[in-house]
This record gives sequence, C-alpha cells and structure tokens, in this order.
Amino acid sequence: MNIIVCMKEVRDPDASSDVFKIDMNNNTLVSADNVLKVVNPFDEQAVEAALRIKDKTGAKVIVLNLGHQLDLVVARKPLLMGADEFILLDDEGFVGGDSWSTAHALAMAIKKIGSYDLILCGRQAADSNAGQVGLGIAQILGIPCVTIARKIEVEEGKATVEKVTQDGYEIIEMALPALVTVSSELGQPRYPSIKRLRAANSIQPLIWKPADIGLEPSDTGKAGRRAKILRLYQPVREVECEFIEGETIQEAAENLALRLRSQKII
Amino acid sequence: MDIYRGIVIFGETADGKLASITREMLGAGRRLADNFGEEVHVILVGRGIQSAVDETFTYGADKVHLLDNPKVKEYQPDLFVQCAIQVCEKAKPKAFLLGHTDMGQDLGPRIAFRLNTALVTDCIDLTIDLDTKRCIMAKQVYGGKAQADFDCETYPQMATIRPKTMSPLEKDETRKGEIIPITIDIDDSIIKTRLIDKVNEESHGIKLEDADIIISGGRGIGGPEGFQQLEDLAGLFKNAAVGASRPACDEEWVSTKIQVGITGKIVAPRVYIAVGISGASQHVTGCSGSETIIAINKDKTAPIFKVSKFGLVADWETALPAFANKVKELIND
Repeated sequence: MNIIVCMKEVRDPDASSDVFKIDMNNNTLVSADNVLKVVNPFDEQAVEAALRIKDKTGAKVIVLNLGHQLDLVVARKPLLMGADEFILLDDEGFVGGDSWSTAHALAMAIKKIGSYDLILCGRQAADSNAGQVGLGIAQILGIPCVTIARKIEVEEGKATVEKVTQDGYEIIEMALPALVTVSSELGQPRYPSIKRLRAANSIQPLIWKPADIGLEPSDTGKAGRRAKILRLYQPVREVECEFIEGETIQEAAENLALRLRSQKII
Repeated sequence: MDIYRGIVIFGETADGKLASITREMLGAGRRLADNFGEEVHVILVGRGIQSAVDETFTYGADKVHLLDNPKVKEYQPDLFVQCAIQVCEKAKPKAFLLGHTDMGQDLGPRIAFRLNTALVTDCIDLTIDLDTKRCIMAKQVYGGKAQADFDCETYPQMATIRPKTMSPLEKDETRKGEIIPITIDIDDSIIKTRLIDKVNEESHGIKLEDADIIISGGRGIGGPEGFQQLEDLAGLFKNAAVGASRPACDEEWVSTKIQVGITGKIVAPRVYIAVGISGASQHVTGCSGSETIIAINKDKTAPIFKVSKFGLVADWETALPAFANKVKELIND
C-alpha cells in the first residue's frame, strides 16, 4: 500500500505578530530571518494520519513538498516522524501560484509517481487559509475525496473516514484510491524520533522541476494561477484597552465586575 | 465577458427552511446583481423544501433551480456538483457564491476545479471593481494576521462566504420568481462517497453560536478542572456558554466542538470573556466580531489585550473566584 502526503513549508504561524510585515509593493510578506519555517501544521497531522495507517499495515509513505528553495530540515521532519521517501517539487516556476496551479502541479507529480492507494493533505495551509488543494487534486485525478477528517481506517480497498462537522461528525466510506484532507481533531502528531535521525538524513530527496512532471512554464506558479492578490494589508483594529486595577488581584477582579455592571455589559 | 450574466448562489436549507447563510448570500448577491442589472439564481437541492423555495424569492432571488427529490436525504458531493454544473452551463453566471459552511467548504472547490475557474474561500467582503466590472473578494490570510483582496480572473468568479458577514434583505412577501427544475437522474453510479452515519456531538445547553455571553479558556487554564470554573461562571448568566482556544482543545481538556477560531467556530456574542488566552490571530479571528471583548491574562503584552475593551492583568486562578463572586452579588442585587 502506498500513501502520498502533500505538505507545504510555511512561516511559523505561531511567530509573534511583531515580525509580521507586509511588502505593499509586491503583496507579499517581508521575509524575516528570525521566523522559523515549519511544516504546515495541518500537513503534519496528515503525516501523522499516514503513519497511523503505516503502523497497522506497513504502508509506504511518500511526502510531496512543493515550493522554491525548500528547507531540507523542514522537508525531512516527516521522515524523522517515520515517512519513507520525499520528493521536492522545487523550482522558481512554482512561486506565486494559487490553489489551482498548486493542485495541478501536485496532481501531475502524483501521476508521475503512478502507484498510490491513498493521498493525504492538510485541510488548509496556515498562510493562505484556502483549503482547496486537496479537493483540487482529487478532481484532477478523478478520485473520491473526503475533507476535514479526524480518523481514517483503511481495509480491503476502501477507506472509512470520520469527517468533522460543525455539530459532530459523519462516517463516510469510499473506494481506494482516494484522497482525504486531515484536520487538527485527529490529535497531536508524534514527535520526530532522534533514533531515526541518521536513517532520515541518509534519505536523499528526488527533485522534480516543472518539465519533469510534464508542465509547461505557463501552467505553473504565477503564470498558471487563476486568482490574483490585488492587495495584501493589515486592517486596523482600533480598540483601546482599559486596564482595570486594584490594591490586590482580588480587588482588581471585583473592580472589573463593577465596571462591567456600570457599563451594563453584565 | 459579456456572455456571463447574473449571480448563482448554492443555497442551503435547515429543517426545510432557508438557512440563514443563504439569506445573507441573497443580500450580497442581490446587491451585486442590481449593480450589473442582472439576475440572482439560487440552486436548492434536497427533499421537502418547497417552503424554502418561496422564502428564497421573498429574500431576493429571481430564479430557483430546484431538485426536490425524496432520494436526496443529505449533502452528497458528487450529485451536488452535477447540479451546479448543469445550472452553470445554462446560466453562465458572472459569479457563483456558496456558504463557508460544512457543505460549501467541501463543495466549492469541487465545482471550481470542474468549471476550470478560481474560487476564494471564506470571504468576508464582496465589492465590485468599477473599471473591470469584476467582483473583488476579501478574505483573511495568515491565520487572520492580514487580509487580502482577490480577483478571480476566470468566470464564474467563485467565493465561499463566511456566515454572519453579509446582511440579508428585508423580507418582501410580494416578490415572486421562476422555478426551473434541475433534470438529473439520481443514478447511484455517480456516487463515489457514501454517508454511513451522522453523529451529533453538540454539548447540551446553550449553543456557542447562540450565546449572548461566551467565556473562553485557553492554554493558561492548565487543565480540564479550570474549565469547570468557567462553566460555573457561565452558569451565573442567563444565556452564556463556554468556549476554548485551539491549544486547550488540542490538549483534550475540552471538546473540539467548542473551539473558537478560524478552523473552529466563528462567534459574535455581545460579550466575550477570554481567560488565559494569549490571543493568537487564528483565535482572535473567531471572536473579533464580538461587541465587547474582556481579557484576563497574566501577561500584559499578550495580543488579546489589543482587541479587548477591558483588561485585567492577573493570574486567573486568583482573579476568577473574586470576579465570579462579585458578578453573583451584582446580578442578584
């Protein structure tokens, strides 16, 4: 059984807002040396979901990572967690894409890999917050897809998925090969294993360029996109916080209650 | 682009009635369509939804494309995609809107990729560029740290709309419209995913979305026990519920169903009290629509204070009992 996990390298979403600066001329972020690059957290959960299936079935887990000047330390994290191989779609041509061009490139790479039973993606990326690429890949490959999963069971050529909904969850079945997008409700991903460090570092990535997966330059990245960012900005929030004080914490807390009462808030 | 006319909305029903998100999208869609001097189409798929059809007209639709069939029990992506494709082939709309709901999040990208067009998800604003006559879609990116205006360069321009961001029109009982049946054989061979069971895990009591006051706890609460104190405080008010930030849910201190944030619930209560929550942007995005935010946090530099009207810099374990006692006293007065 082969599982392909698609991952994106993102700026650490938990990094302080102080280092978050926008380049208004280019509608991009100003790069900051002190902000870590990480595996998009939902993609890390997709890796975890794949590894839980590997634990039971011995499946092979291949990680696909698309971008430019990708960080090998970030790219190897899934290997330290237990994935078997990684492929980097690393080229300047992949820069500036949208959900469309990204899904297209990943689908072409998956076709090139050829043999797969299950494809896993995070439910959305922590930077674009779009949540379209997984569904896009499934549409392009013509395979069934369930989104926002918290549990995936695989047996006898089918997948049974618990899909998170606003009120609870749904249990959905589909035949393999199929694609599932994974949400944080899956639970914490495992830690990278120090024991695997040497083995993981000895695994070399396959590096594919657009031409390797049959894509013309006009199909990829910025040239292949259908949605364009006209303006990236930080809306101003104008709230002046009134800090409530007191001689002691208890008194301050009581003063807060009094203040809220006087304002008819409670 | 002249061949593209009108706005299509994929509607949703709840208990046979029109869902609030659909009324909101009708408000936004009507505004766009009037600007172009064109029509608003709504797709409705389900069973026993005739009364929703009538409501659709009173809230601003010109045409309803209807598949009302006893076989359609639930949302089924493969069938719903086919309905959308059929309507778009006929209507050739300029824009296509869905709710950023369980259904719309799943259905929107499927339709966009089938139609070879672009979709912007979780939009919070729709405007028209007067030069290009195209829709500009605004959405939050980077977990709510920034906002971006998008132009979908292909037609139809598609968007999923975040609930509670658009205003519905006043109901107009005199408005009428045309019903156009969707003609699709509901053939099992097109169905690739099968719904086996649907489980409701919503906690009893007041729903987070309906609460007047929400008291939320975060990582700073330190464990499930602390959330009991938040529950007790909520119990003092008439219509209050407890929420949580993602770290508290990830630690499994509370059910993920009460997660407030960009991938949890987007809430807009009258009062939001954040206890032990630092205010990561993905959380603030979920509660920034609240009328008044109040924060209790021991770190004065915590970003939550930047969106709060009232702040208390304190260790919650010391502050909360005193606060709760005073609240009790004031309410009983």
